[in-house]
Amino acid sequence: MLGKRVTQCFVAVLAALALGSAQAQTEISFYYPVAVGGPITKIIDGYAADFEKDNPGIKVKPIYSGTYQESIVKALTAHKSGTPPVTSVLLSTDMYTLIDEDAIVAFDDVATSAEDKAWIKSFYPAFMANSQTGGKTWGIPFQRSTIVLYWNKELFKEAGLDPNRAPANWKEMLEYAQKLTKRDASGNTVQWGVQVPSSGFPYWLFQGFTTTNGVELMNATGTETHYDHPAVIEALQFWVDLSRKDKVMAPGVIEWGTTPKDFFEKKAAMIWTTTGNLTNVKNNAKFDFGVAMLPANKRRGSPTGGGNFSIYKKSTPAQQQAALKFIKWVTSPERAAQWGMDTGYVAVRPDAWETPKMKDYVKGFPVAAVARDQLQYSVAELSTHENQRVTKVLNDGLQAALTGAKTPEQAMKDAQREAERILRPYKK
Amino acid sequence: MNKYSVHIHGWLLLLPAAALLALFTHFPAVATLYHSFFSNPRKGREAAWVGLENYRVMIDDPVFWQSFANNLWFALGTIPLSIALALLMAVWVNGRIAGKAFLRIAFFTPTVLPMIAVANIWLFFYTPQYGLLEQLTSLAGLPSHNWLGSRDTALACLVVVTIWKEAGFFMIFYLAALQGMSPNLAEAAAIEGAGRWYFFRRVTFPLLMPTTLFVLVNAVINSFRLVDHIVVMTRGGPDNVTSLLLYYIYDVGFKFWDLAYASALTMVLLALLGLLAIGQFVFLDKRTHYQ
Amino acid sequence: MNAAYRHDGYAHALETLGAWVLALLWIAPLIYAFWTAFHPPEFSTRFALSAPLTLVNFVNAWNAAPFARYFVNTIALVTMVLVGQLVICTLAAYAFARFAFFGRDLMFMLVLVQLMIMPDVMIVENYRTMNALGILDSIPAIGLPYIASAFGIFLLRQTFKTIPKELDEAARVEGASALQVLWKVYVPLARPTYLAYALVSVSYHWNNFLWPIIVTNSVSSRPLTVGLQIFSSTDQGIDWSIITAATLMTSAPLLLGFLLFQRQFVQSFMRAGIR
Repeated sequence: MLGKRVTQCFVAVLAALALGSAQAQTEISFYYPVAVGGPITKIIDGYAADFEKDNPGIKVKPIYSGTYQESIVKALTAHKSGTPPVTSVLLSTDMYTLIDEDAIVAFDDVATSAEDKAWIKSFYPAFMANSQTGGKTWGIPFQRSTIVLYWNKELFKEAGLDPNRAPANWKEMLEYAQKLTKRDASGNTVQWGVQVPSSGFPYWLFQGFTTTNGVELMNATGTETHYDHPAVIEALQFWVDLSRKDKVMAPGVIEWGTTPKDFFEKKAAMIWTTTGNLTNVKNNAKFDFGVAMLPANKRRGSPTGGGNFSIYKKSTPAQQQAALKFIKWVTSPERAAQWGMDTGYVAVRPDAWETPKMKDYVKGFPVAAVARDQLQYSVAELSTHENQRVTKVLNDGLQAALTGAKTPEQAMKDAQREAERILRPYKK
Repeated sequence: MNKYSVHIHGWLLLLPAAALLALFTHFPAVATLYHSFFSNPRKGREAAWVGLENYRVMIDDPVFWQSFANNLWFALGTIPLSIALALLMAVWVNGRIAGKAFLRIAFFTPTVLPMIAVANIWLFFYTPQYGLLEQLTSLAGLPSHNWLGSRDTALACLVVVTIWKEAGFFMIFYLAALQGMSPNLAEAAAIEGAGRWYFFRRVTFPLLMPTTLFVLVNAVINSFRLVDHIVVMTRGGPDNVTSLLLYYIYDVGFKFWDLAYASALTMVLLALLGLLAIGQFVFLDKRTHYQ
Repeated sequence: MNAAYRHDGYAHALETLGAWVLALLWIAPLIYAFWTAFHPPEFSTRFALSAPLTLVNFVNAWNAAPFARYFVNTIALVTMVLVGQLVICTLAAYAFARFAFFGRDLMFMLVLVQLMIMPDVMIVENYRTMNALGILDSIPAIGLPYIASAFGIFLLRQTFKTIPKELDEAARVEGASALQVLWKVYVPLARPTYLAYALVSVSYHWNNFLWPIIVTNSVSSRPLTVGLQIFSSTDQGIDWSIITAATLMTSAPLLLGFLLFQRQFVQSFMRAGIR
């Protein structure tokens, strides 16, 4: 223990020396996935430049590594070939993968001062659920989101509903959706009541159902899944019934990518999608819209999502310290607030919402705070060891049920059996 | 030239190509086989010899079997249709038809557009309710359909995109062959009173046989190689009904990071292509055109 | 089909109609791309004549990724691959066409193997190789597996074989070396083949996606197609206005090239005897 402390001091001194030693440049490469539209790379480049101005010894080199999916591939590739980035923003759910590949260090080992420790505690606990395991912090929240419900106030009015009140629970959502589904003379649906996308990563949206149904999909150590829990099957049954029995949602697998457009085109009166879409909807919806927390069943809830910062093991101590400095700088309350306003992501710490700028913003655009208010009910996004495989198994099962190939029960039992097989090596 | 110089010259000229081919085609094929007998290295565990374990896993892997079957259907759907359309297009733009230059350009355009981008445009065409296809079908009074989100139409939609992408490219080969044919043949046949379809069946088509074979080879390879549109349009979904072998290899190798299992999967693809190659060589050998 | 069969009246009209319908279908994605790229986003799904024109989609697309760098990378990649292919395939094809060296038939079979087992399906093993060579994330890593092209060797061998041996022998009598004969006799006569092959190669590598995305990480080595991909998988869903603008922007050089040279293109295929 003492030995470790001494090493840490030593490392810190070394780092200080490295940073202080007359303009010895520390370069930190920074993998950043472009997951939102717009000139996002400009913002990140701006951060890098501003940070360099404040910290002349450090050079930040952002590398735009593509989508999240690709970025984790790239980071691991680079790690295996010996030249990983110094820091990256990756999906918070990749935490176990990064740990299993021995690619990253825990923040507790780098951020050792009392001030640093306080900083780690300054984020919303809901976001830390996907950032901590085994008593250590492996990620710092940066671009984080949750699922919320967007509704079209005009269509609500047309259907005789109160345009300013979103459905509070599952039952209401179904009732509203029935009123909002419109069919033409020949029986073809021209407007769907509700739309929950299911392409690509349906497990995330599914967590909106399971969480509100009072059940979690995995344990806290990422070694076990609960896919065949009765409450999980019940949640899936409700989702499947929306399209197959109640006929208020389009049948089959619904494309995530076209969901906002479906909303703009008034083909869906209510949609579930990320808070990261807020700016997009604000700019492109030609009607009055509302944003609400997901409808509750046994409780309120939603999974969190989005990306975390991590620091890589193979970098030098000096680089790790420089990266820490950058991460602290970029997640400061003012910048977290600005980032949230620019992108629609949820500002990751409570004090960011207390900044004057943010307060003004929320006053003029109150729906921006819905995601924040939902955080107290939020749970961790599905994340386990062998994450990609274990989630794919669930995704396949969900799509099988939604397309009618399997009953919800069968689909979830099959998925659970596969997940257990994959996770067997990690069970102790 | 002395007795040996022909050998020396020949080999020296061939050497650079042979070296590169050995490094990027023959060696990897053998190495794939070798690696498929090992386990995947993980934290603290080196890759170990596991014999046929990866293949045993494969036999029990429903996603593999589904991708395999999907790929055969995909091949069956794309190969004959793209070749037939290519031939039809070539015959059209080779004859006297109004707006020939435009037709040629129109047919060929898909070849120069990047699949990764046009797949997004096709995604719009297939979008339920307001997509282009639906705008047309709703004019005809047909009910709305979730083209890419249903098990029964998703793969067919991808087949259509592939045919669209390929046919114009194959057309060029047929067109070149048709333009090289002597017009006297047709004139003679016309004077003899042979019908147009009869002439095509008995003269043109047999003469085009080498082209057809060449195009066939390309179409077969493409049916196992094209996955860009899957990455954009369906990611193998819904529930793996559009997962093709190469896409599954990409998933296993570069998303799950199980390169060992990916090697075993690659072996299946190689064996499949190898069988087809042998079939085609036997077939080609009968054709003296290439000798 | 042929001049002799052109007066079919009714049937001909029907065929013309068929050809036009098919052509319109084939060009529909491009027409859609033009429509959507030049109009504001709300017109990406409806086609009203009153829609205002705009260039803002192009500006947004250009700013969404470092396209200038991607253009440079793609041009470097395509040039490297093409030059490499032309040199290496020419040499090999010459050997196969005119030198009865020991093991020629076997070697030719080995070359043809690559016709079926293309680099595209060897992603796993070639990735390992690039890693071992230490050139991951570089433009050569994208191009190298494609340089010794069986298709190119096969094609050039076919062409070289059609060149009369007498020309070759005449040059030899004048004391030209093997390479000089190749350069002075074979290469000039095979020009149509080179042109046809070059066009195929350039359009293939300009648009190639899966292998580049696997083997590259950074802006300094990634080609345009990888840049295009960021538009298709965002959190916020698909914005067709930007995608179509980016599509037009990135394929403009190829499209223009084809429009300008399409006549020569078909002719060179014809004269190259690719059939």
